[in-house]
Amino acid sequence: MSGVHTAVLVMMALGGLLLVVAASLTVARMARGPSSLDRVVAADVLVAVVIAVLAAEAIVHDHATTLPVMLVLSLLGFAGAVSIARFVAERDLAVRGREQEAPGAPTDPVDEGQR
Amino acid sequence: MSGGGAVADVLDLLGAFLVLLGCFLCFAAALGIVRLPDVVSRMHAATKPQTLGLILLVAGVAVSLRTWASFGTLLLVAALQLATAPVSAHLVGRTVYRTDQVRHDLLARDDLATDLEAAGFHLGPAPEDAGPPEDDARLS
Repeated sequence: MSGVHTAVLVMMALGGLLLVVAASLTVARMARGPSSLDRVVAADVLVAVVIAVLAAEAIVHDHATTLPVMLVLSLLGFAGAVSIARFVAERDLAVRGREQEAPGAPTDPVDEGQR
Repeated sequence: MSGGGAVADVLDLLGAFLVLLGCFLCFAAALGIVRLPDVVSRMHAATKPQTLGLILLVAGVAVSLRTWASFGTLLLVAALQLATAPVSAHLVGRTVYRTDQVRHDLLARDDLATDLEAAGFHLGPAPEDAGPPEDDARLS
């Protein structure tokens, strides 16, 4: 039992090390990412890293109190990504839509449907 | 680590190993997030811990805790993530393509571009003859 316990702890320590490096790299991309969509993708990965931390912690301490937090986090990334993607789309499409309309035929029903 | 028996030991080791694999996938995704050149390829890296990584983590915790309550919660976590991750990835990818943040020089082939071409769109950077109306577009 004790040997198995030690092995589990060692594996979780290794996983924690990987997660610390992963979180640092992700935060670096969030700080440096050229566009806001880069930051959204990096934030999604950061949420996944936090879920992994909670899972490792649940195994080390052998309790289930953090499982609802994992549940909430798996939904949180979705809401953030969708809202920011929609926000960016509306702002940038307003400019590009006029650029595409200007040279060609302005009232093409296929174009309007695609947009 | 509920103690007792060789089966419990094996399950504990298996659970820890699965969680370790999930952690490794998170690390690989972070590496891809930093190293890959554009948003679409970074999304490719980012989806690994969101689906496979999360399933590995959830399976590891379920195998380790071995209670029905935690099993139900973890099943819900995996199901919700599997249902919502494609939606958010689709929206982000669509926005990336429409705001033209794809590195077209890195693509081997671009089926969406030919389809859009057939539907009467032009892709890539804005055409030069659309210079004057651009200011109007930003104002309105």
